[in-house]
Amino acid sequence: MIPVVVAQAPTPPAATAVGSVGLNIAIFLVFVAVTLFFVYRASRTNKTASDYYAAGRAFTGPQNGVAIAGDYLSAASFLGIAGAIALNGYDGFLYSIGFLVAWLVALLLVAEFLRNTGKFTMGDVLAFRMRQRPVRAAAATSTLVVSFFYLLAQMAGAGGLIALLLQIPTSNQLGQGVVIAVVGILMIVYVLVGGMKGTTYVQIIKAVLLIIGAAVMTAWVLGAFGFDLSALLGSAAENSPRGEAVLAPGLQYTNPIDFVSLGLALVLGTAGLPHILMRFYTVPSAKEARRSVVWAIWLIGLFYLFTLVLGYGAAALLPEGTITSATQNSAAPLLAYQLGGELLLGIISAVAFATILAVVAGLTITASASFAHDVYANVIKHGQATPDSEVRVARTTALVIGVVAIAGGIIANGQNIAFLVALAFAVAASANLPTILYSLFWKKFNTTGALFSIYGGLGICIALIIFSPAVSGKPISPATGRSASMIQGVDFHWFPLDNPGLVSIPASFLLGIIGTYIGGRRPAEEGKFAEMEVRAITGAGSEKATAH
Amino acid sequence: MSSTGERSTATVYEQVQASPEFNELRSRLRRFIFPMSAAFLVWYLAYVLLASYAPGFMAIKVFGNINVGLIIGLLQFVTTFVITTVYVRFANKHIDPAAEKLRERIEGAE
Repeated sequence: MIPVVVAQAPTPPAATAVGSVGLNIAIFLVFVAVTLFFVYRASRTNKTASDYYAAGRAFTGPQNGVAIAGDYLSAASFLGIAGAIALNGYDGFLYSIGFLVAWLVALLLVAEFLRNTGKFTMGDVLAFRMRQRPVRAAAATSTLVVSFFYLLAQMAGAGGLIALLLQIPTSNQLGQGVVIAVVGILMIVYVLVGGMKGTTYVQIIKAVLLIIGAAVMTAWVLGAFGFDLSALLGSAAENSPRGEAVLAPGLQYTNPIDFVSLGLALVLGTAGLPHILMRFYTVPSAKEARRSVVWAIWLIGLFYLFTLVLGYGAAALLPEGTITSATQNSAAPLLAYQLGGELLLGIISAVAFATILAVVAGLTITASASFAHDVYANVIKHGQATPDSEVRVARTTALVIGVVAIAGGIIANGQNIAFLVALAFAVAASANLPTILYSLFWKKFNTTGALFSIYGGLGICIALIIFSPAVSGKPISPATGRSASMIQGVDFHWFPLDNPGLVSIPASFLLGIIGTYIGGRRPAEEGKFAEMEVRAITGAGSEKATAH
Repeated sequence: MSSTGERSTATVYEQVQASPEFNELRSRLRRFIFPMSAAFLVWYLAYVLLASYAPGFMAIKVFGNINVGLIIGLLQFVTTFVITTVYVRFANKHIDPAAEKLRERIEGAE
């Protein structure tokens, strides 16, 4: 280890007993106060369905791009990736590359066409030329499933952060549960009062804080090594219990096929995540949707470069043995403490906490919009619901989802964040992306094909997850005395891979084709394709921004 | 798309879809996005396969502690940024003006 890199030498952080609780809470409350102010201001123009779901389509591309980065740079990518790099080195970096490259699918194949052909939800695009009710029901089902997995992943990360921020140890289930409930209620307030506009402001503020915080820490770490990346890597390898192996792939993913499967799910999942897709409706045109993605790609790419430095920085600068599989999600906050003491720890933990809050708010608004717009207005009311009643249903749904998020968060507390997010990506890539691509580009695609690819992709994906070693049957680790699987003590797995993507994604593409041929020719649906294609490319007839 | 008045405009969309201008625009767009998507997916999968099946190759040090794996990984960032920039230039120059002309034609007919 480099002898003197930090001026003050704090006591070795014991994961739960560093920093000042008062300061942490104060910084977090400032964030809450500022965001609540914006949410309240946004509420004054929160009248129509278009306001509530799509912020009146009035955000600019750059604003929306920052908000997308805020939505996407979840607790899993910040805490999870930095921690994975600190613990397993190179294999953590592999995650971030999949998460970034995935944006090219959204940029080239999805964002603009989706903006031009839909109104509020993914179901709008899929149902454009299909039979409305079955396809919207299917789209809403997969939206709710993906959002639920993603939501659990975010809430699962809350426990470790609470331990760090408020010094309530993870063993204190009641104390942690109360904090998770408070966070959940705050999130519900954001969504109900601010709608999409308020939620977007929360994302923007959070993204700016997160990226600035990570940039400062990155510069600090690099500065400690004379801006020599090679020296940083050397020190990380020297200080890590696993030595040189942290610089090369192979520590975390011992089964190569498993990593290929994960890699496929990551790169194809992003453009099927409902809460990301919905963000493209908050801008006035396809051109602004394109600008949003460009901004998002630059910000997300830069951020992942920062996490590479932060992860190796934590491995190099924290006392040897600090980062274990139990504390890996705290690598970034612990590094902040090591570098800048209580103040930087307070800022970074508050930002990480805000991240959970903001991402869960985004997921909640998406899931509630999908239920109200696709299921209530179109499936139950046959498209005859008044916009007012639709928004009322959306708000009620948001309340229900908020309660589910709180309960789920308390149950999922302590599960591996990155793993849960990877499952959400697998479901999105299996159920949503094939259906979206076929709808946009394949004339013959029909209702039967859409139902096959959504329900088939979803069903296969979930079944393979249930019977995977991720859920049951991994050997008991001698270090922790626990199996790395989700359920202890039983073994009902028969599928060999942790991530189902390698099987479920091609299966869903294939099912879309099979269903389409079973469904036969539907001239009415094919006729509608002319309109969809022309609108997708030219933007004619697309939803306009509402003026305030 | 839910209002009843749009049935009559379906013919406008069909007319535009059959027009040479639209076909030219669509094929120009597809000639860019499909090969580019195939290219970045192949390049990404090659990277994933190398990391999975050739960790020894990825561990070869090129200079200092910087190894092949880190360089290829960082190149994935570079290609993502480059493709993004190239696409925006392409779309601004070759897609937007033609799309706008067609859009005006359709919305004028409505």
